[in-house]
Amino acid sequence: MLEIKNLHAEVDGNKILRGIDLTVRPGEVHAIMGPNGSGKSTLSYVLAGKDDYEITEGSISYNGVDWAELGADERAAAGMFLAFQYPIEIPGVATMTFLKTALNAQRKARGEDEISTPDFMKLVREKSKELKVTPDMLKRPLNVGFSGGEKKRAEILQMSLLEPTLCVLDETDSGLDIDALRVVSEGVNQLRSPERSMIVITHYQRLLDHIVPDVVHVLSKGKIVKTGGKELALELEKNGYADYVGEEAA
Amino acid sequence: MNAPANIKETKAEQSLNAQFDAIFAQTTQENANQRKQAWDAFKAKGIPHRRVEEWHYTDLRTKMNDAFALASKTAPKADALKGAGDLKTYRIAIVNGRYAPELSSDQNVAGLSIAQTNGFLAAQLGTDDAMAHLNQALVQGGISIKIDANAKIELPIEIVRYTDGSQVSSYAGTTVEIGSGAKALIIESFEGDADAAYQSNALTEVKVGDKADVHWLKLQVESAKAQHIETLSIELGAETNFQHFIYNEGASLSRAQLFLEFKGENTHAGLRGTSLLKDNQHADITLFVKHAVPGCESREYYRSVVDDKARAVFQGKIIVEQAAQKTDGQMMIKTLLLSDTAEINAKPELEIFADDVQCAHGSTTGDIDEDLLFYLMARGIPEAQARKILVLAFLSEAIEEFEEEQCVELLEAMTRSWLHADDMVSE
Repeated sequence: MLEIKNLHAEVDGNKILRGIDLTVRPGEVHAIMGPNGSGKSTLSYVLAGKDDYEITEGSISYNGVDWAELGADERAAAGMFLAFQYPIEIPGVATMTFLKTALNAQRKARGEDEISTPDFMKLVREKSKELKVTPDMLKRPLNVGFSGGEKKRAEILQMSLLEPTLCVLDETDSGLDIDALRVVSEGVNQLRSPERSMIVITHYQRLLDHIVPDVVHVLSKGKIVKTGGKELALELEKNGYADYVGEEAA
Repeated sequence: MNAPANIKETKAEQSLNAQFDAIFAQTTQENANQRKQAWDAFKAKGIPHRRVEEWHYTDLRTKMNDAFALASKTAPKADALKGAGDLKTYRIAIVNGRYAPELSSDQNVAGLSIAQTNGFLAAQLGTDDAMAHLNQALVQGGISIKIDANAKIELPIEIVRYTDGSQVSSYAGTTVEIGSGAKALIIESFEGDADAAYQSNALTEVKVGDKADVHWLKLQVESAKAQHIETLSIELGAETNFQHFIYNEGASLSRAQLFLEFKGENTHAGLRGTSLLKDNQHADITLFVKHAVPGCESREYYRSVVDDKARAVFQGKIIVEQAAQKTDGQMMIKTLLLSDTAEINAKPELEIFADDVQCAHGSTTGDIDEDLLFYLMARGIPEAQARKILVLAFLSEAIEEFEEEQCVELLEAMTRSWLHADDMVSE
């Protein structure tokens, strides 16, 4: 269970998060919506443990572990996964090498045995087929020369290989056409399970047609200003964020 | 900008005087003139220092506290020589500047001939550099390598240059002639006794004919206390492909100076390399690339990773003469500085006298990209390992462009070993 209490955070001295309270239980999918600049991406980076994102007040704990004690790599090994809004290109690092290194690093951190190469190859083949990730993409350096849709599918492939229990999807729908959105959403839906918590950060309602959330939150100026069921997303789509953010509506 | 002649001689220069007198006394009549001329040419300049433009960033006069005694002939054990490791090669061993047939391969390879020489090159050197002249003044021996026209040499030709002993110096002169239409891979290593302080000075003249295909890998893995100077003069014929790669890891002070001239049209030359530096290492790569004829392409791509208080120096000058229309020359220097005290001096230069050319140069220097680091860590890879992955990735990009698979594997393995990342997955 993820418990965020009165979370304040800043980046380079700029206060972005101003008191977030959020509890996500296993099996739940929470959507966080909000206009540009409301702090959605900051929340995702703070959860993942990016260096220059500083928690100034409040706390994050996951399964009883204080998140502030753990580095980004330790959080990943403890079940955290951030699907990046803009997956970064890493020239010189082969995608397959990276996937295996990441999987084994997490296994090692949890005291598990490393996966054998044949088992790993088999696993990647199965998962990549479902997500329409081609063998050619796996041979290329990580994300290099991938289209927007390919990058997002590669992110979900990583998520499905690493089997995290806390998934944060940061604007996974951005840059996707309808077909790619469907493939990515199906990939995410397959990972829904009673043991897994998900936070889906999005600007638009359309992703939530595919990944139907249990709870929807509206984030504005670094605070959650409204919480409701999936129908809240439809209302936002119709009326915009104006009711919640006043004049600064997107 | 020559040094003033009245500058006071250093201890190293005084030692060199005595060494020259001794070796000159033993020189046969046949070579005496050449030795003397080279010595006079060296003496006119002295050991290069910071006021000599080409040596500005590598003040050898200050860094060379002494000139070690000329190494005598020795017979090291075969397993002391590392060369290209486990690769199956045709080996040519040069120990203390002299051809060592007992440590070399003895089979005959069709189209390849090796001959022991006294180390003197053609009187007209491709350079007027003081340290190249010093090489010829003190040269102890050498070889000539000849590859016949149209010969395709299947095995890599491995030249192992080994300096045996401490507080010694070695000087070798080598000529390599590669016939038209020939194809060869040359792997040349510079090495010596681990932890020994020694000086090695190699001068090599390479002439490549037309329509040849040559890959040349230099592994500079001298002892950590060695001083290494290599001068390579290259002339390329027409429609030839010449690819050179320097792997720079050893020596406390190293200088690789390459003088390349295009003599025939429509030739491609790639000069690439990686330098991996730490502690107080100082590594200098200096290039002079002369486009004298039309339609040639040159690539000069070097990457360095510099840690601790080490310093990388890169100077690259591309000269495009008036006749050399349609020249395509691209030079790019990229450096990762891993500590606040690491340093790079990069000086790419273009001198263009032709009007229809495509030339560019650039240089970037930086630390490891924090966003890349975060991405890897967010996937569970611990920071230390993530940093190694990124350094290896940075260097691999340059290594893979060498396009000789066995060399790429060898270079990546050596790079991983330098990073203490031998267990890192490689595919």
